[in-house]
Amino acid sequence: MIDFMKEVIGLYAERGPWFLELLAAHIRLSLMAIAIAGILGLLIGLLLSEHRRAAPVVIGICNVFYTIPSISMLGILIPLLGIGDQNAVTAISIYALMPMVRNTYTGLTTVDKDILEASKAMGSTRLQTLTRVTLPLAFPVILTGLRSMTVMAISMCGLASYIGASGLGKAIYRGISIYNPAMTFAGSILIALLALTADMLLGIVEKSYKNKRRM
Amino acid sequence: MNKEQIPDVIVRFEGVSLSYGENQVLKEFSLEVPRGQCLTIIGSSGCGKTTMLKMINGLLTPDTGRILVDGQDISQADLTRLRRGIGYAIQNVGLFPHMTVKQNIAYVPSLSKQWDRETECSRVAELLKTVGLEEEMAGRYPSELSGGQKQRVGIARALAAKPSLMLMDEPFGAVDSITRRGLQKELKRLHKELGLTILFVTHDIREAMVLGDRILIMEAGRILRLDTPEAVKADPGSEFVARLLEEN
Repeated sequence: MIDFMKEVIGLYAERGPWFLELLAAHIRLSLMAIAIAGILGLLIGLLLSEHRRAAPVVIGICNVFYTIPSISMLGILIPLLGIGDQNAVTAISIYALMPMVRNTYTGLTTVDKDILEASKAMGSTRLQTLTRVTLPLAFPVILTGLRSMTVMAISMCGLASYIGASGLGKAIYRGISIYNPAMTFAGSILIALLALTADMLLGIVEKSYKNKRRM
Repeated sequence: MNKEQIPDVIVRFEGVSLSYGENQVLKEFSLEVPRGQCLTIIGSSGCGKTTMLKMINGLLTPDTGRILVDGQDISQADLTRLRRGIGYAIQNVGLFPHMTVKQNIAYVPSLSKQWDRETECSRVAELLKTVGLEEEMAGRYPSELSGGQKQRVGIARALAAKPSLMLMDEPFGAVDSITRRGLQKELKRLHKELGLTILFVTHDIREAMVLGDRILIMEAGRILRLDTPEAVKADPGSEFVARLLEEN
């Protein structure tokens, strides 16, 4: 076990720049997917909260996407997008959409009706109520969605090297194919650390938002 | 004759009816509220008192009949503007939990960017004083206030845009009776000082008697009695009113 750890540390020392490069690529791909799914999910959730009758159908569709095993989502897109980063970002975005849509919708639709009526009664326009009352009150729930989606996107990004994308999955994949468990482990650890760090940072944002408003 | 009366009448219902499905909440409801008067509205739950109040600022629209505010038919009015000119205070909620006391109070003026930063500070301080709160409260959040303090902030917020008309729906419903007496006194003073017209819904007959220049007693979507507190006390006129008075 100790030998194994030494091997892993040795790998980091020996191939530091390579790992850094993979880490940077991993962050870039995940961030792109998170941004796309985040913005799209927010917009879809917002639209659904204004047209609630469509909500069960759309959320149902998102749910179906979510049940597709992530590895096959990458495979399914190959005929459309070929292999590489573009495919990976698309697949992760589709996959990450669900938690974002669901949390945005839930957050927006569970704001106290009396508060919304008070806002209207005081002469807010629909847009003012949305931006000044509904969204700020729904923000913690939306942020929770963003948090779980971020962790998921970062870990799913580790699979993306199976379809030729970059990122830390490359180390995992290479470790498996040349039978070098230490390399697989080294890649996995970095993904886990990245996910944990992202989760922690968003957790801090969430806490400070809530604390500041005594929510 | 009729025309001359209009400027003195701030709220006017003309044969207003509203149904929710089978259930008719207001039946041919007509009412005139003179400017500067405090009208308390009382009745058992489901009598249509809250419905009637929510029609004045267009939260609910009548099936038939019309409502005039300041002589203007509100179905023709810009509702957003109308609402900004009417103070609105309701029980419990209404305060935005994610905003400070200051942001809450300045909410209506901020919608139309009426106040600059300096005016905001001085007006908020002034309004806090008006409703009997310390200036230091401005930075607090609603969850850090007591029930009575919340109600006071609610009133300050309703007053912020200097409305001449206030709609209040059991604004003191959630506070203990001692605090409530205090708030009633404050409101009475404000009513006199600012020359407000107040429509005040309550289910507490004592509160209705103390505050109202006139009391409107409603039952099943109709006016059962509309008179001064003294007259109602002297002659309840119906069993329902007598029972209300006895209960307290």
